[in-house]
Amino acid sequence: MNLSAAWHCFQGVLIREFLRFIQQRSRFLSALVRPLLWLVVFAAGFRAALGISIIQPYDTYITYETYIAPGLCCMILLFNGMQSSLSMVYDREMGSMRVLLMSPLPRPFLLLCKMVATALISLTQVYAFLLAALLVDVEPPLIGYVTALPALLLVALLLSSLGLLLSTQIKQLENFAGVMNFVIFPMFFLSSALYPLWKMQEANDWLYTLCAINPFTYAVELVRFALYGQLNTTALLITLGATAIFTSLAVLGFRPRKSGR
Amino acid sequence: MSISVESLSFAYGPRNALKGVSFQLTPGRFHALLGPNGAGKSTLFSLITRLNALQDGDICIDELSIRQQPASVMQRVGVVFQQSSLDLDLTVKQNLYYHAALHGISRQHAKPLVERELTRMEMADRANDKVRALNGGHRRRVEIARALMHAPDILLLDEPTVGLDPQTRLALCNYVRDLCEQDHITALWATHLMEEIQPHDPVILLHKGEVLINGHADDLLEQSGCSHYSDAFHVLTSTDKQRGAA
Repeated sequence: MNLSAAWHCFQGVLIREFLRFIQQRSRFLSALVRPLLWLVVFAAGFRAALGISIIQPYDTYITYETYIAPGLCCMILLFNGMQSSLSMVYDREMGSMRVLLMSPLPRPFLLLCKMVATALISLTQVYAFLLAALLVDVEPPLIGYVTALPALLLVALLLSSLGLLLSTQIKQLENFAGVMNFVIFPMFFLSSALYPLWKMQEANDWLYTLCAINPFTYAVELVRFALYGQLNTTALLITLGATAIFTSLAVLGFRPRKSGR
Repeated sequence: MSISVESLSFAYGPRNALKGVSFQLTPGRFHALLGPNGAGKSTLFSLITRLNALQDGDICIDELSIRQQPASVMQRVGVVFQQSSLDLDLTVKQNLYYHAALHGISRQHAKPLVERELTRMEMADRANDKVRALNGGHRRRVEIARALMHAPDILLLDEPTVGLDPQTRLALCNYVRDLCEQDHITALWATHLMEEIQPHDPVILLHKGEVLINGHADDLLEQSGCSHYSDAFHVLTSTDKQRGAA
């Protein structure tokens, strides 16, 4: 593969995703409003109900808003990853996915371009959210905004590879409601995004086990630690592994089909 | 540059969509790929464009096999799909730049190509309009401009005139014929509208996944004993039962 051709291709995919993103300002706003509602309304309601003891990576008692902020960052990435899968099903129904796959460049590379482009667009939304979160006193250390960047990028790749994988399985646009019910909500609620896992363990062992095997839990923890300048190695390895598995399966799903419909 | 399809067979589960299809396209000519719905035209296109993988047979451009060198084959082929595949929320120009990038062409190199193709398609004044604002005929023109951006030798058009009025259909058809004559592009134009073919056109008639006629438009008349192409098409592609009823 010619490197300069690959670079121009990546630029083209990124520009297209960016142009589509700025065309859909309402998508940006809803991506921002959703986690802000959780942060402001949900957190206010549950602050009293959920006492948070001192847990890593925090070195003092924290507010509930501070606890759920990393999970909400990941929620933005989760919704965007799934939204990109929706747009790919739409692209496939509309035929524009064919345009991408008609490129002479290798398909795994094309899909990777699409994933990275989606991930980079998602990051702008996460940082916009973190800025807004300052208003409710969610103030990670300044260096945290920098150290969180690679973690957020990896999580964005994890979730866009999952989206890509799902788009190979969803045959019709209408099935996206199923993705909401069977992927987004279970992934988000069965994780450490809204409550620490020990709380879940106290409540129910089964639910705790489900949380503990959910890759999203590790994505949230990776971001939580990175936002405070720390590395959670277990979370990093699991997130990396899950990203590699989802990406490989998604690439396999986009190979030319041997037996058609 | 010639394209040859060699003993191509393809099945969707137990249903055979193509059965031993072979033909060769003459460089620089407008070829009509005829066939009723379900004849196997779209399956053939999906194999040439690698959306489906080959099961039996091969597709070659000159000496390049799509099995061995898919990227080299893709570089030489431009496609206009049956369903519009433009990004409606992007402008005409942005759609063309995107296509150029997918072929590894830098923005700097793509600029004159975009201008050339849009001028050729008489769409230069609509370059900054969103595709959503264009009518069906203009969208098709943009799709042809896009398919030609990377200077392919072969242009595949899968029923490109579906949903267009007769005048626009004719104009589009004539435009592709001009491309063949002037730029020596080899075109494969899939259709079931007989008014789009001319007596001297090479035609491939597909029926139930098999090549029924591989010759010239006049062979349709000769083999069917009809005097009009549309009657000939009907006679050649109707089942025995339908023929009896007629």
